Amino acid sequence: METTAGSRVLEGWRPPGDATAVRRVRERGGIVVGKTNCDEFGMGSSTENSAFQVTANPWDESRVPGGSSGGSAAAVSARQCMVSLGSDTGGSVRQPASFCGVVGIKPTYGRVSRYGLVAYASSLDVIGCFASSVADAGILIHAISGHDRLDATSSKQEVPDFTSQFMPSDSFESKPLKGLRVGVIRETLGDGVDQAVISSINAAAAHLEDLGCSLAEVSLPSFSLGLPAYYVLAISEASSNLSRYDGIRYGNQVLANELGALYGDSRAKGFGDEVKMRILMGTYALSAGYYDAYYKRAQQVRTMVKNDFKAALIEHDFLISPAAPSAAYKIGEKKNDPLAMYAGDIMTVNVNLAGLPALVVPCGFVEGGSSPLPVGLQMIGSAFSEDKLLKVGHVFEQTLKDFNFVPPLVADSRAS
Amino acid sequence: MASLLSRGFQIRPVFLYPLPLFTKRVPRVFYCKSKSTEAPTITQEKPLPSQNRSSSQKPNTSLNVLQDYEAIIGIETHVQLSTLSKAFCSCPNNYGAQPNTNICPVCMGLPGALPVLNSKVIEFAVKLGLALNSELSFNSKFDRKQYFYPDLPKGYQISQFDIPIAKGGYIDVDLPVELGGGNRRFGITRVHMEEDAGKLLHSDNGTDSQVDLNRAGVPLLEIVSEPDMRTGIEAAEYGAELQRLVRYLGVSNGNMQEGSLRCDVNVSVRPIDQPKFGTKVEIKNLNSFSAINRAIDYEISRQVELHRQGQADQIVQETRLWEEGSQKTVTMRKKEGLADYRYFPEPDLLEVILTEDFVDNIRKSLPELPEMRRRRYEKLGLNMQDVLLLANDRTVAEFFDATIAKGADPKLATNWLMSDIAAYMKDKKVSINEVKLTPTELAELIASIQNGTISGKIGKEILFGLIAKGGTVEGIIKEKNLVQILDPVEIEKMVDKVLSANPTQVEQYRGGKTKLQAFFAGQIMKESKGKANPGLLNKILLEKLNA
Repeated sequence: METTAGSRVLEGWRPPGDATAVRRVRERGGIVVGKTNCDEFGMGSSTENSAFQVTANPWDESRVPGGSSGGSAAAVSARQCMVSLGSDTGGSVRQPASFCGVVGIKPTYGRVSRYGLVAYASSLDVIGCFASSVADAGILIHAISGHDRLDATSSKQEVPDFTSQFMPSDSFESKPLKGLRVGVIRETLGDGVDQAVISSINAAAAHLEDLGCSLAEVSLPSFSLGLPAYYVLAISEASSNLSRYDGIRYGNQVLANELGALYGDSRAKGFGDEVKMRILMGTYALSAGYYDAYYKRAQQVRTMVKNDFKAALIEHDFLISPAAPSAAYKIGEKKNDPLAMYAGDIMTVNVNLAGLPALVVPCGFVEGGSSPLPVGLQMIGSAFSEDKLLKVGHVFEQTLKDFNFVPPLVADSRAS
Repeated sequence: MASLLSRGFQIRPVFLYPLPLFTKRVPRVFYCKSKSTEAPTITQEKPLPSQNRSSSQKPNTSLNVLQDYEAIIGIETHVQLSTLSKAFCSCPNNYGAQPNTNICPVCMGLPGALPVLNSKVIEFAVKLGLALNSELSFNSKFDRKQYFYPDLPKGYQISQFDIPIAKGGYIDVDLPVELGGGNRRFGITRVHMEEDAGKLLHSDNGTDSQVDLNRAGVPLLEIVSEPDMRTGIEAAEYGAELQRLVRYLGVSNGNMQEGSLRCDVNVSVRPIDQPKFGTKVEIKNLNSFSAINRAIDYEISRQVELHRQGQADQIVQETRLWEEGSQKTVTMRKKEGLADYRYFPEPDLLEVILTEDFVDNIRKSLPELPEMRRRRYEKLGLNMQDVLLLANDRTVAEFFDATIAKGADPKLATNWLMSDIAAYMKDKKVSINEVKLTPTELAELIASIQNGTISGKIGKEILFGLIAKGGTVEGIIKEKNLVQILDPVEIEKMVDKVLSANPTQVEQYRGGKTKLQAFFAGQIMKESKGKANPGLLNKILLEKLNA
């Protein structure tokens, strides 16, 4: 199938084989019905950076679906397919899941093979899943998880069977999540977060309490450092991973009389602005004299973030936060303000830096669009604890009675 | 090495150093053809661990012109490892395949492809590191070295930057006898693992180039020497010893023509008493050890001459190409400072962690290295020239070892190996292992000659049979009835027969033409079908003739 990664440099390119994750889906009887839109090379948080089109949010077509895997989230949200795959480097599965009112899961780094995933930032990229229920997300993520000899960073850790733990809600005890300790990340419910979102998350937390969880506030002191560290690391690795797009072996080539021009023109004409900007910044960050100040420094911050999570996850079974500081915003609203766009990743990037798994489950709505806009609850667990997260998410979802997470346009088309 | 002599002289400009004192054209040292001339005795002393400038290491041959200058030479060698598959994918690693037939998404750098390390690369790297007496890094990693070029599919080369798998170490080299001999120790700075790039084939008219990625991803070890060499010969010998070493270890076929051993050389000169190093010039396109030698010598003279003319500032840090045709180095590109490769740790690969057990097992499996073998052969009493020739090829040396293990005299075994056997191998283009002669039979042959069962002449004939068709000495002797005739009575009969058949010549001999003895000897030998003992034959013949 044509694989463009949302970019003109790969327009028309057909890879010689399936990615490992896709191959596993097919081996287990899955039917691939199509491919979806995304921000170019995964760089973006709204799918507006796709070279081909902007995807609309099924809840309000004047708004973004989130990104970079906005297309996959929207497709599931609009019930065009049952489940879909996306990639999450800094929140690209979780934030669109929140914007589109669907379930999104980001597994532990190394849980799912990256072979065949067009690389953006190698030490941060993971393949994740979208679904309209936690159980479906669990089944899909289980199918694609496991060690792959084609990916040296894939983990040999056993994958437990977590597909048979999704019990129907009438089998639940009265306090099904009794004994679970939940940490509410203080830094995610303050300045810069929409009040309506905070309310939704607090309500979700109260719901967890009803289910038997014990709640406590937890602080991650390095929280705010994660965003700049993430961006330095991601763009540095990206500038390297995108060096192969030179028009020589595959992809679009702009003919020229001289090598430098061939490379330069092929890349200049092929890449979009956001990608070019990140490549330039990443190249700068890695260049002689700057490596220590930027890349190395960012890796050190990364270690701090990891340690803070580790400490918090000893005291708590999982942590919760919003998946985004707001609900879906209007198309075009942040496109010309990259920093504002980046700031929207604050809820999700730290999880990628730490390599931890996280599940986003729709938990409520906020006003703002032509219809209410969904908000997702992010649950973060310790490494390789996808099974536990899914179990909690399933119970949460099945007991959340007052909300209907089918977008109006879908509901309408079903009614008619 | 040999061609440095005549070719160099004709083309070099006048100001260069005087001719080395050779009286005959010597064969290239590392082919198996020795003369039986005795080499001057070589000092058995081990030199001091490498120091740049002192005393006893001063080369005693070609570069007398450098009385007031000293050359500092360092070499970077890339060795292609003879693993079955490439460094980071399972593509076959073999030379000479049709272009772009040994490729896959990984080594092509397709989107989504990931490298996975071939563990044999580590094994070979540790092997070489140990053989070079280096210190191994038990925790090393890979880094990305980034630059753009069409033969580099990913736009970066997976290499090792700040933590190479091996650091430090040294290699001991014996300089060829004809070029002054001597033993040198050259330091090694580091050894690291990396992948090779593809190949570009340029069209004749320069309008286009084509990319062949068969070689992309082939594993390499890069060996960087300390700047310890002082002459072209030392540098060439260092290269040759590395080649010998990687072949001994079985980690590479070390073939310069195929590109599995590539050397880039750095040369600078400085006035003898100046502590600061001069400007370093890199030389590429060196396709043989003799080219290394000649290129360095040329470059040294070029730089020294510029110094002498007060134009030392014209020596710039640059890369020059060695032109085989004109026998000079020419500017390829000027280095605008150092390239910035934007190194950072390769995130797609895990850290390389060695265990003591792993390293110990490899250490135990190391074969006897060339240097040790040469010292052992010296102790056997062989002359240096023979030592160097024998120890050059591990398979030949092992054949020799097996032969003397059966009791053969080392000197005689050497002679057979280096002359007749070597000539056969060269002629038929076979290796010692393809020759049908076995060490046991060679030992048997030597013993049979020594104890007089057969004559030396017959021995040579038998040898040809053994080499080409195999069999045993004993068998052939019996089959062809080749036992030497030692019975004086029998020989006398034959002498009489020949003399009586040639009365005219006898008359002539007795009249003063003593040279006819050879004629009679030849006839008698023919009569005996080559089996007569030559000494006895001539003794009896002379007796009869002078009677």
